[in-house]
Amino acid sequence: MMNWIAGIGRSTLSQLSDLGRATLILMQAIFGRSNVGVHWRLTIDQIHVVGVLSLSIIIVSGLFIGMVLGLQGYTILTDYGSEQALGQMVALSLTRELGPVVTALLFAGRAGSALTAEIGLMKATEQLASLEMIGVDPLRRVVAPRFWAGVISLPILSLIFVSVGCLGGALVGVSWLGVDSGSFWSNMQASVDFSDDVFNGIIKSVVFAVVVTWIAVYQGYDLVPTSEGIARATTKTVVYASLAVLGLDFFLTAVMFGEI
Amino acid sequence: MTAEAFVEIQDVVFRRDQRVIYDGLTASVPRGKITAIVGPSGTGKTTLLRLIGGQLKPESGDVRVDGLSVQSLKRSALFDLRKRMGMLFQSGALFAELSVFENVAFPLRVHTDLDDDLIRLVVLMKLEAVGLRGAVDLMPSELSGGMQRRVALARAIALDPEMIMYDEPFVGQDPIGLGVLLSLVKQLNQALGLTSLVVSHDLQETLSIADHVIMIANNRVAFQGSPEIMQASDDPLVQQFLHGSPDGPVRFHFPAPSLEDALS
Repeated sequence: MMNWIAGIGRSTLSQLSDLGRATLILMQAIFGRSNVGVHWRLTIDQIHVVGVLSLSIIIVSGLFIGMVLGLQGYTILTDYGSEQALGQMVALSLTRELGPVVTALLFAGRAGSALTAEIGLMKATEQLASLEMIGVDPLRRVVAPRFWAGVISLPILSLIFVSVGCLGGALVGVSWLGVDSGSFWSNMQASVDFSDDVFNGIIKSVVFAVVVTWIAVYQGYDLVPTSEGIARATTKTVVYASLAVLGLDFFLTAVMFGEI
Repeated sequence: MTAEAFVEIQDVVFRRDQRVIYDGLTASVPRGKITAIVGPSGTGKTTLLRLIGGQLKPESGDVRVDGLSVQSLKRSALFDLRKRMGMLFQSGALFAELSVFENVAFPLRVHTDLDDDLIRLVVLMKLEAVGLRGAVDLMPSELSGGMQRRVALARAIALDPEMIMYDEPFVGQDPIGLGVLLSLVKQLNQALGLTSLVVSHDLQETLSIADHVIMIANNRVAFQGSPEIMQASDDPLVQQFLHGSPDGPVRFHFPAPSLEDALS
């Protein structure tokens, strides 16, 4: 019994220590001494890597999820004779929930794991140590541009996901199933509120972006520099980031829409 | 701290998890000389370089570089100090996504305002010194391990640092490359007045260019002095190491329970 309690204590202390180290790394990366011009250029490069190169998976996923929503929504709404509300259903589902959440999950799998593996490999091959000895802070040079690139890219990817999803919903609902085009788009326009729906969705995206990218860069920077260490850290990034996104989504939804 | 010492290490205790690496290590590295750090595998020679570079912190004791207490420096001051050091890593540690030219140019680009023409001139001179000017446009993945280390050496000397730390610079070099590197380390030291620390297992080659030797064994400094005194020493520990004997005061086996206990 005592061993069990001691085990819980050890595990809690270890988790808290990890959280503290992750916070310190993030703070040093964000607030350390920097050359703004150089780091902005590095951030732009990383936006290309984590953002632009994630576009295809985001667009394809957004299209299919929008199409599925259109199909499922039509099937349910026709039972009540309310298929003209399909646009409203598709748009609200995407802006409030599916857009930010699915984009963040895809981003964790596509870009988050790549960030962890890249930084981890740089650590394993002593490139980070080499930067330190050249007098360049790897937190500023390597971690910070990747963190900011993730924070900037994910909300934009989320907006693209929502837009493509709406088009996917329209493709199925209007073009294939015959919902009136005017009803579809005007219902969507009338029911989606910018501050309640779109803005809250963007806030969710920004929060997810910070958390997912933070987990990814921390796991890469702090891993055991072996091939097994890189594999474990990459897995941890996807698992922790996905769980964090889903958990935070409930919390944010409760605060934004649950009138808590 | 003595006037001629560039690095002074005082009573350093350092552990990795529960394993003691140093237990009261005290040593000094004379300014402007080549110091060889030798000792059996796993005694912490590379760890000593990392303590001097501030990449590791001792549990207790003091590591001073040019009078500055490395473990007490703030992060920004530590990075400023590192600009005065060069380090050649065991693996080369070249930046994989940059060409040979850009790897050597990297310290110049981040720490100086030199224009591109001048940077090109300096890079080509440094690569010429290590015999790899012809490889200027290659990527690190296109080089052998020995060539990568030579490019890394060119990068380490790009900023003309006051001190260079070499971690196993001669591994993977053919006899010609080894000879060139030995004379290069010597020439750099003499021409630029650098302080050089060389960690190497190539004992005879390293001692042939060293002015000072620090031998680490059994968690502390086992010998410190000139190569000549080391060769003449009748200390059984030094003699065992110089002659490569398996039996003697230096442990060959990693600490473990007795074989009888392990097999029973």
